[in-house]
Amino acid sequence: MQDSKISKARKAYISIMKVLMWLSVAVTCSLVTFLIIYVFIKGIPNISWELLSEKPSYLSEKIGILPDILNTVYIVIATLLIVLPIGVGAAIYLTEYAQNKKLVNTIEYAAETLSGIPSIIYGLVGMLFFCQFLNMKTSLLAGALTLVIMNLPTIMRTTQESLKTVPQSYREGAFGLGAGKWRVIRTVVFPGCVDGVITGCILSVGRILGESAALLFTAGFAHALNGIIEGLSSSGSTLTVALYVYAKEQGEFGVAFAIAAILMILTLIINLSAAMVERYFKKRRTI
Amino acid sequence: MSSIVTVKNMCLWYGEHQALKDVNINIPEKSITAFIGPSGCGKSTFLKSLNRMNDLIPSVKITGDVKYNGKNIFESSVDVNELRREIGMVFQKPNPFPMSIYDNVAYGPRTHGVKSKAKLDDIVEQSLKDAAIWEEVKDRLKKNALGLSGGQQQRLCIARALAVKPAVLLMDEPTSALDPISTSKIEELTIKLKENYTIIMVTHNMQQAVRISDQTAFFLLGELVEYGNTETLFSTPKDKRTEDYITGRFG
Repeated sequence: MQDSKISKARKAYISIMKVLMWLSVAVTCSLVTFLIIYVFIKGIPNISWELLSEKPSYLSEKIGILPDILNTVYIVIATLLIVLPIGVGAAIYLTEYAQNKKLVNTIEYAAETLSGIPSIIYGLVGMLFFCQFLNMKTSLLAGALTLVIMNLPTIMRTTQESLKTVPQSYREGAFGLGAGKWRVIRTVVFPGCVDGVITGCILSVGRILGESAALLFTAGFAHALNGIIEGLSSSGSTLTVALYVYAKEQGEFGVAFAIAAILMILTLIINLSAAMVERYFKKRRTI
Repeated sequence: MSSIVTVKNMCLWYGEHQALKDVNINIPEKSITAFIGPSGCGKSTFLKSLNRMNDLIPSVKITGDVKYNGKNIFESSVDVNELRREIGMVFQKPNPFPMSIYDNVAYGPRTHGVKSKAKLDDIVEQSLKDAAIWEEVKDRLKKNALGLSGGQQQRLCIARALAVKPAVLLMDEPTSALDPISTSKIEELTIKLKENYTIIMVTHNMQQAVRISDQTAFFLLGELVEYGNTETLFSTPKDKRTEDYITGRFG
């Protein structure tokens, strides 16, 4: 038998390695599970209709996170509205038009570096440039513009990657029928990369939801209930910033945990929808 | 028969590498001209120059004259999109767009400004009939074209090319990715199409050239070695290299 040739020392080595691997799996899984369960146990009892539907008031000592929810929605919408045209446009230019390979590589390298910078640096620059130099004060718009810079590389990269997966033969086919460059891009290339754009969007929304450092400097902490237009021009905190404020400055850990639970549920929904969108487009492409 | 494409002293470079050397050829209209030769001999490159598809490769440089209906196609006054409408192309691998069968055929006419639904319907039906695929797809025009078989996809691509009413059809090894039955269908179709179109076809398959073409051009290492009536070229080749190639001594 082959087995008997394996020495005792080797067998012991194999079983030790196995145990170590199981141990790492157990540690990883239990950490994640613990975190989720802990946040939910602490947070969910504190979620109430009042919390979700009211604004905070020092007079009646109420706490409500409706303004923070709305601010989060406003900042997501504003950021995507600005970042999408720029990012997708840049990606199309770089993959379809740019001739200078050196320039393309430089821009791609810069974008990659940009996405690795700690977000507090974006916050600092956003504060100095948007809030002070451009005199926007601390406002959701200044925050959104800061997030635009942060998410531009993500949108650009995901769009570029999926532009590269559109087969060259589609382009040739369209050019061969006498279509101009812009028509080829609009009708054949772009529809093929919509999934990449959507993936980029979802990743960006996730990042916007999770961002606190960059927004502390730029978007402010106010909890006023505003419409989207006034909201953008005035200071306001997103859910994540509100979490920080409630926990750190007001000692309201119950509220903080409630927000944490809400954020985690949102993240889960976003990840699930990302997976669904990806599956949908994969299916459509391979009929 | 009058020539629809005339080429004089044409050379083509990919960067430093010269891919075509001093090519001269007159291609008569409403006939099938086959380009044969071993891989890398420049026949596909030459074919793609005729509707300026090589413009898409930045390093390509071309000298000499290529005239279509007496007009040099490299002149700055030539609208390259209009040129490609008149000189259509069918590629080696079937490349339908990932849209419905109807939209595939309607893509060209829409590109050139046809908007009326009734007119588009007519063009789509006529083109699919001309490409001998109408009967197979008429009940599923709204279905995705990628669901068709390889041979059907290639005939759809021919229909798509016909829909813009070209005068010349360039075919770059249109059957090399297909099974024998699909191949013979496309060959029959090509013979029928030459009544109305000039067909220029690159082929790896010498039997195919003999079966369907009226003229054959033999390319070797970027040179046009011999060009003439297909029967004559295959039965009594003038050049030793042609003879070696068609008798299977190399290639």
